[in-house]
Amino acid sequence: MRLARGGQIDRGQRIAFRFDGHRYEGFAGDTLASALLANDIRLVGRSFKYHRPRGILTAGSEEPNALVTLGQGAAQEPNLRATTLELAEGLAARSQNAWPSLGLDLLAINDLAAPFLSAGFYYKTFMWPRALWEKLYEPLIRRAAGLGALSGRANADRYARAFAHCDVLVIGAGPAGLMAALTAARAGADVILCDEDLRTGGRLNAEALELDGQPGADWAAGVTKDLAAMPNVRVMTRTTVTGAYDQGTYGALERASPAEAARPGAAQETFWNIVARRAILAAGALERPVAFRDNDRPGVMMAGAVRAYVNRWAVTPGQAVTVFGNNDDAHRTAADLLAAGVHVTALIDSRPDATTALDVPFYKGAQVCAAHGRKRLEAVSIATTSGIDKLRTDCLAMSGGWNPTVHLTCHMNGRPMWNPALASFTPTPGAIPGLTAAGACNGTMSTHGCLTEGARVAAEVLVDLGFKPADTTIPQAEDAPYRITPLWTVPGKGRAWLDFQNDVTVKDIKQAAQENFRSVEHMKRYTTQGMATDQGKNSNVAALAVLADATGRGIPETGTTTFRPPYAPVTIAAMGAGGQGAGFAPQRFTTSHRASIAAGAPMIEAGLWYRPSYFPKPGETTWRQSCDREVMMVRNAVGICDVSTLGKIDIKGPGAAQLLDFVYTNTFSTLPVGRVRYGLMLREDGHVMDDGTTARLGPDHFLMTTTTAAAGQVMRHLDFVHQGLRPDLDVSICSVTEHWAQCAVAGPKSRDLLNAILDAPIDDATFPFMACGPVMVQGVAGRLFRISFSGEQAYEIAVPARYGESLFKLLVGLAETMGGGAYGLEALNVLRIEKGFITHAEIHGRTTAFDIGMERMMSAKKDFIGKAAAARPGLVDPDREQLVGLKPVGAVKQLTAGAHLFDRAAEATRENDQGYVTSVGFSPTLDTFLGLAFLKQGRARHGEVVRMVDHLRGIEALCEVCDPVFFDKDGGRARG
Amino acid sequence: MAEPAKTPALTLTPTTPCGAMLPLRIGTLTLSEVDPGHLTAMAPRQGGALGAALSAAHGLDLPGPGRATGTDAARAIWFGRAHVLLMGPAPDPSLAAQAALTDISDGWAVVRLEGAGAAAVLARLTPIDLRPTVFPPGQTARTEVFHMQAAITRLADDAFLIMVFRSMSQTLVHDLRTAMEGVAARAGD
Amino acid sequence: MRITCPICGERDRREFYYQGDAVALRRPDPDDTPEDWDAYLHLRDNPAGVTRDLWYHEMGCGAWLVVTRNTVTHEVLGAVLASDAARGAA
Repeated sequence: MRLARGGQIDRGQRIAFRFDGHRYEGFAGDTLASALLANDIRLVGRSFKYHRPRGILTAGSEEPNALVTLGQGAAQEPNLRATTLELAEGLAARSQNAWPSLGLDLLAINDLAAPFLSAGFYYKTFMWPRALWEKLYEPLIRRAAGLGALSGRANADRYARAFAHCDVLVIGAGPAGLMAALTAARAGADVILCDEDLRTGGRLNAEALELDGQPGADWAAGVTKDLAAMPNVRVMTRTTVTGAYDQGTYGALERASPAEAARPGAAQETFWNIVARRAILAAGALERPVAFRDNDRPGVMMAGAVRAYVNRWAVTPGQAVTVFGNNDDAHRTAADLLAAGVHVTALIDSRPDATTALDVPFYKGAQVCAAHGRKRLEAVSIATTSGIDKLRTDCLAMSGGWNPTVHLTCHMNGRPMWNPALASFTPTPGAIPGLTAAGACNGTMSTHGCLTEGARVAAEVLVDLGFKPADTTIPQAEDAPYRITPLWTVPGKGRAWLDFQNDVTVKDIKQAAQENFRSVEHMKRYTTQGMATDQGKNSNVAALAVLADATGRGIPETGTTTFRPPYAPVTIAAMGAGGQGAGFAPQRFTTSHRASIAAGAPMIEAGLWYRPSYFPKPGETTWRQSCDREVMMVRNAVGICDVSTLGKIDIKGPGAAQLLDFVYTNTFSTLPVGRVRYGLMLREDGHVMDDGTTARLGPDHFLMTTTTAAAGQVMRHLDFVHQGLRPDLDVSICSVTEHWAQCAVAGPKSRDLLNAILDAPIDDATFPFMACGPVMVQGVAGRLFRISFSGEQAYEIAVPARYGESLFKLLVGLAETMGGGAYGLEALNVLRIEKGFITHAEIHGRTTAFDIGMERMMSAKKDFIGKAAAARPGLVDPDREQLVGLKPVGAVKQLTAGAHLFDRAAEATRENDQGYVTSVGFSPTLDTFLGLAFLKQGRARHGEVVRMVDHLRGIEALCEVCDPVFFDKDGGRARG
Repeated sequence: MAEPAKTPALTLTPTTPCGAMLPLRIGTLTLSEVDPGHLTAMAPRQGGALGAALSAAHGLDLPGPGRATGTDAARAIWFGRAHVLLMGPAPDPSLAAQAALTDISDGWAVVRLEGAGAAAVLARLTPIDLRPTVFPPGQTARTEVFHMQAAITRLADDAFLIMVFRSMSQTLVHDLRTAMEGVAARAGD
Repeated sequence: MRITCPICGERDRREFYYQGDAVALRRPDPDDTPEDWDAYLHLRDNPAGVTRDLWYHEMGCGAWLVVTRNTVTHEVLGAVLASDAARGAA
């Protein structure tokens, strides 16, 4: 119910929203939770396992019960906490985990079956028969137990990631955080102040406290205004710091305000990487429940949350509120309720020596031992020294004490320390390098103490960083001592709840201990205590206390489970922000891309590059028709293929030839200027890394080409060899892949075509096979290389990339007048298979120069990378699989890459494996399928017939083993 | 039947890396393509004196790591461990004795991001520290822009020169546009 | 994780490519024994504690670095240029 006065809400701005289809109204400044309570909605969800009715427990991100789903279709987002959802016009939330409806949930039958559903039930029950697990048990359990559901569709909403850097990161903007930020900012440090709430102030917004005579919330707003006006400060509200990582890196999730989120192009959430020289953790504390019978009934709430609803949102969660606690702080609740004009049924304090000055029925040394009502609280039973009393009440504000929010201090394997005075854990100093805790998260509970500690810790940090802290005046504030006597559970019959979200009871923990799951980590996994979206923020410490008691140990010896990032749930969309669709990886396009698309070519990905697969002509209905035509076009006329994607590395300097001699197996220092040589590059372990041609453009100037796939790896390798092994060499290594657009011009008419565009014609004498040199192309300075990957007379011509598109169109246009045209990767592949040229299908990382028949390319006269290892007996064993050609000779004429080879009569089993097929293609030139393969002792087996078996595709074929060069064995066509 | 192929015009025409994708105006921000003129990667030779030659030939100071010198007409931008980038003029022949020179004029897409919030846009794409105290005008970095190798130079408080490989210009514009829209959507908060 | 590149200063981990043990800088002579080569190529310690690795500032300046770090605490204790380390080792 909304109170008539007060609250940090704008009563002039009404906001309409829906919950489970019904229309309600709240005010600007409300959360969904405060608006629901203002509308007297108590039942907001059903529990995970037993489908028990649940209400709002807290007023923050630790909420275990009030989880809702927003949005429809692809934008559906489950498990959002009503307690942190800002109310916005048109917001439509749905409850979860109830069927057919929240009020009538048929699966609540689970609650009646509870005696059978205790800890470990699933593990014990659904063991047998094993086959039923996947088909029956698991789907059934998943349907019955669970949180909200995903839509299963791709979410089109935008999410962002961003980076920020600062001197001091302050985590939490309560009294300690605000004072720390103010102190640091005034000293001139770059400060980032984060708070997960939509406004700063922390508990100051929830309590009726005064600072320097003004309401705490007003003081916080004033300080925040001052901070926001300083150029060295960034105040980030709606931002949860979710993790502490190495070297001062913090993860933080920022939610867009409803207004921002509605704008086009806005990110719904931004995941921040914040790098801070120092961090001050001022995350506050979380209140914990007391376990008693049916303490999960809607209307049983945390005392601090009740104060927050009354003071911040001017909402009373009940008409007749009972307050129950074991500490002084709980008494404030009764005082605030009285001040707001709400009827307080009773104040119950479990401590026998407690006192109060409040004019309310007061029970000391008494305990609430049961809650009554089902969908809403109707009464509580109180165990006093004189017996059981029953009080009619519709809201119970309970407090079992406060747990400092130590989570972030544990993210790098730190463990918190037990503090008996607080009956809770506090951070271990230094657990995160560069992070210091201050305020309630450090066990300092009074407002004055928090303000003082925030300022003091900031001053210490500033001195460390070399700033001079200015004198800070601490505002006047309450400094009441915090006194507590632990009360974890109230004895009695029935189920008393610890972890509301996972339906874990006191009995479950005891049972785990009984069954010898005594380690806290085992207990957690056996009972699910502390799992799911809230990670047991309310319940972990009490569960430890129960386990400690059940195992006869103290709480410190029992220890905590491991707190890991994230502190609060982070959507996968935010973690992977920007990586959807086109953002997944950069797309690299050649300068001929548009022309290829215009020609109808389907593109295939080659690493990050997009390359044309084939260029369909009218009447061609399959890729094979296009591919066959393109192959024959190259063999008979001339074909054009954009080969710009191959890596091109400019190597210059007096040490260039020496470097090449060291990285290639063969020698390049002897290569004449104006010539190109094929080179083979090994890894130091003796296996082939890459191959390609290198041209000598000047005495100290080489141009290396790499395969498309290995361009990055080769660049890395060259840099390593130069910097790490031969820093003495005076050599410059510079990628020029992107500067040059390069096209293969291949076929018997290639020279004729080139002479139509070159400013000065070439002939065989001046430009023989493996020649290279500068050329002018219609007035543009380019380069020409006479190299061939097709086996035909062929050239590669390069011009600066700005002319690439134009060059490609010109070459293709001219080729088409000569009976040729563009060819794609499919034809390129067939052409090279016909010639037995290798690609990374063959040099796949496990093959040696010996395996591919290039052992003679390994120079005996010099050292080179991989030389020593390549000579090891195992790498030149004649029994190794060696590169061979394959031709089908049986009834089946198809070959498939990836198929394995067997002796003709042998069974096709792993033990009999003789090798495997790496590349296949249909050769229109030879009118047969051709394959390249690795076969044991293959070079000695030419002429033998082996059996190819593709177990995956179910294809078998008899193949003749032959030389891998199928076509034009003496290479006359390329030279002629 | 396809029409008989016609002989194409024998001429080469240039295109720019970003072409019609730019300029973009979103909120207070503009993204435009820069014609950098010549781009020459200069790798100082061992024992050479590139600084003196660069100063004599082009009036530019040789920048140390992370620095850029010069103006729009001619810049020298530190370009990594081994290289300094000469942007603008064709390299004077005298430089060749002091450094290995490699023409990379066409290898990079060069764009200029300008306007209030430019640093906030880049902060969504690059992990480097862009605070004015750390990365003032005249500062440059080799780093990444989302997944791409990049060079970022701050020209003014609200203006950056951003370079990625030419083939990735479409991704660069996509990523910058997305970030610009996200930052523009924050305006008013 | 942050690594301080001797050239670029402190940078985010994502700018670097990880290679492996810095032993790769101590390449045996061609005539050294197979055991030496085996150790160089394949034998690696797996310390719980301080280790020296090669990292490549691939997205940055292109320098190969020797980074000293602690595998238990994740402290990064320092980084030097591989070229300097190689010259020192020679």
